[in-house]
Amino acid sequence: MIPTFAADPLFSDGIDTTVVLIVIVKTIVVFAILLVAVMFYVWFMRKVIADMQNRIGPQRAGPFGAFQTLADGIKLFFKEQSSPTSADPPVFRLAPYLAIIPAFLAFAIVPIGGLVTVAGHETYLQLADPGIGVLWLLMMSGIGLYGVMLAGWASGSKYPLLGSVRASAQLLSYEAALGLAIVGVLVHSGTLSTRAIVNQQAWNGAGSVFSEWYWIPAIGAFVIFLIAALAETNHPPFDLVEAEQELVGGFHTEYTGIRFAIFFLAEFMNLITMSAIAVTLFLGGPSGPGLGFLAADNWINVWIMPVFWFTLKVLVLLYATVWVRATLPRMRYDQLMSLGWKYLIELAFLWAMVSAVVVVGADQGWNRWITVPAAIIGAALVLSVLWACIPRRGESVEEIR
Amino acid sequence: MGWFSGFRISIGQVGKVLTTNYPEEKRPKPTRFHGRHVLNRYEDGMEKCIGCELCAGVCPARCIYVRGADNPVDAPVSPGERYGFVYEINYLRCIHCDLCVEACPTEAITETKLFEFSFTNRADAIYTKAELVVGDDGRAQRQPWELWLGGEDDETSAWMRATAPSGQAAFEGRVGWSGELGFGVRDPEAGQTGPPLQPGVNPADHPHHQDLDHHHDDDHGADARGRGGEAAPH
Repeated sequence: MIPTFAADPLFSDGIDTTVVLIVIVKTIVVFAILLVAVMFYVWFMRKVIADMQNRIGPQRAGPFGAFQTLADGIKLFFKEQSSPTSADPPVFRLAPYLAIIPAFLAFAIVPIGGLVTVAGHETYLQLADPGIGVLWLLMMSGIGLYGVMLAGWASGSKYPLLGSVRASAQLLSYEAALGLAIVGVLVHSGTLSTRAIVNQQAWNGAGSVFSEWYWIPAIGAFVIFLIAALAETNHPPFDLVEAEQELVGGFHTEYTGIRFAIFFLAEFMNLITMSAIAVTLFLGGPSGPGLGFLAADNWINVWIMPVFWFTLKVLVLLYATVWVRATLPRMRYDQLMSLGWKYLIELAFLWAMVSAVVVVGADQGWNRWITVPAAIIGAALVLSVLWACIPRRGESVEEIR
Repeated sequence: MGWFSGFRISIGQVGKVLTTNYPEEKRPKPTRFHGRHVLNRYEDGMEKCIGCELCAGVCPARCIYVRGADNPVDAPVSPGERYGFVYEINYLRCIHCDLCVEACPTEAITETKLFEFSFTNRADAIYTKAELVVGDDGRAQRQPWELWLGGEDDETSAWMRATAPSGQAAFEGRVGWSGELGFGVRDPEAGQTGPPLQPGVNPADHPHHQDLDHHHDDDHGADARGRGGEAAPH
């Protein structure tokens, strides 16, 4: 049986008031961190994208415009909320919360820092470490889909409905690729627990960037994960859900005020969570060098440095997402489906298969110079057969039969 | 790497900012930019406007309202016989075509480069002499609802006209404007084209030379015919 709380030593001595308090404080802190992170991510995104378009970006509210998101949020909070007469009121009101609650919950499994001691209890800087680990992420992104789907359906209007249908199709398609990309790491780690995965990528000097972190052995899965994560969070170039030219605002066309803001909060929260999960799975999470001139058990090395490295890695990935946003135009819908079903799923699947062969071969002591090329050749053969079956542009299915 | 060359382009733009911090700083405007008007004065404080209403007559938007009056004998407003005692420009109608500036025989009305002003009601959009007449320093009066950062009223006095007073566009090398207020006089502009000038004629010295000359010829001809007609019976 998979233990419910796999590795967190907080619960090893039984649960008392202090433990409950620690969990409550952690929950509140993670909640606050995520909200503030979204606030600053939106500002960061607008600044960076402005930088890439020769503009200045927000600069009025607060220093360097850092409170622009707060100002936007306050404005949206006080705006009138309207709903169409044809809407289904309970579902219409429920949908934004169905989008945002999973977005909050998904972040719970992300290891933010290392092992710390609070009030005599050792605990990880991480809200929860369930045995199902990264599957929690897939669950939550699956539930988050209901928010988008029900929002479109309950609006009682055609563009939101079309947008939500697109969203459902897109999220389902890319969830497959996302899950298979995660498998590329899981075959190496042998565990689903995010804490165990980052512990396996611990820092033993600069070489561990290449030797310990999973992005090298799972490089293909890493690339597929990043692409699928962008699609999963409706981030450009996969923001078909909100294609203004075709769908007005997509699923949130009929939403106003704070409900509208909540959808965007959820979207950016998902983006941050996906970046954090990518860091956890592929880039070692909080692992990184401490400050050498301080003792290893100094509070800076224990508390601050892992959080610093985690934040830095997430920021690098978030900068990359903004870079993508500034560069790539939105894909066409058939291109989106084609990329997802014809390429990403197959490649992710074959990558997982090859990784499995490599890992099992290493376990069994097979000659890796035989098993690895054999696995790659086998994968290439499967791929060529699969791609031969896919109709090319301008080719009809009948011609192939 | 054709698919990814876009990424190089977008990251290459980092650090290059083209946006001007607009309300705090303005980009320099073109020399002949048409903005809000001023009514100029001579160095002794006399108003240049003589109330002739040529500006009102030429205005295609009909936004100028002028009424002339005889100068008070004991306290003249302008050097001539008459002065404009009402002068109003409706900025809800003005299209800043500058034809009033062209029409003005005394260079009384010229334009600054200021366009950044706004109103909250229609009455405020009508500028009267109280707002239009320049101050004692020859500069435009700055109203609180106008955004002056400097530079907008540097060249209002010595206005360079688009066409020469003679009606000739080719006006190279000749100063066709006056700079009584002591600032804003610029070098004559070169490079304008138009029909060639008659040799030996300086249109700047004789603004209506050609017209006068033309009339002169007609007069001469009439005289000659007249004299001839008179002479024939002799």
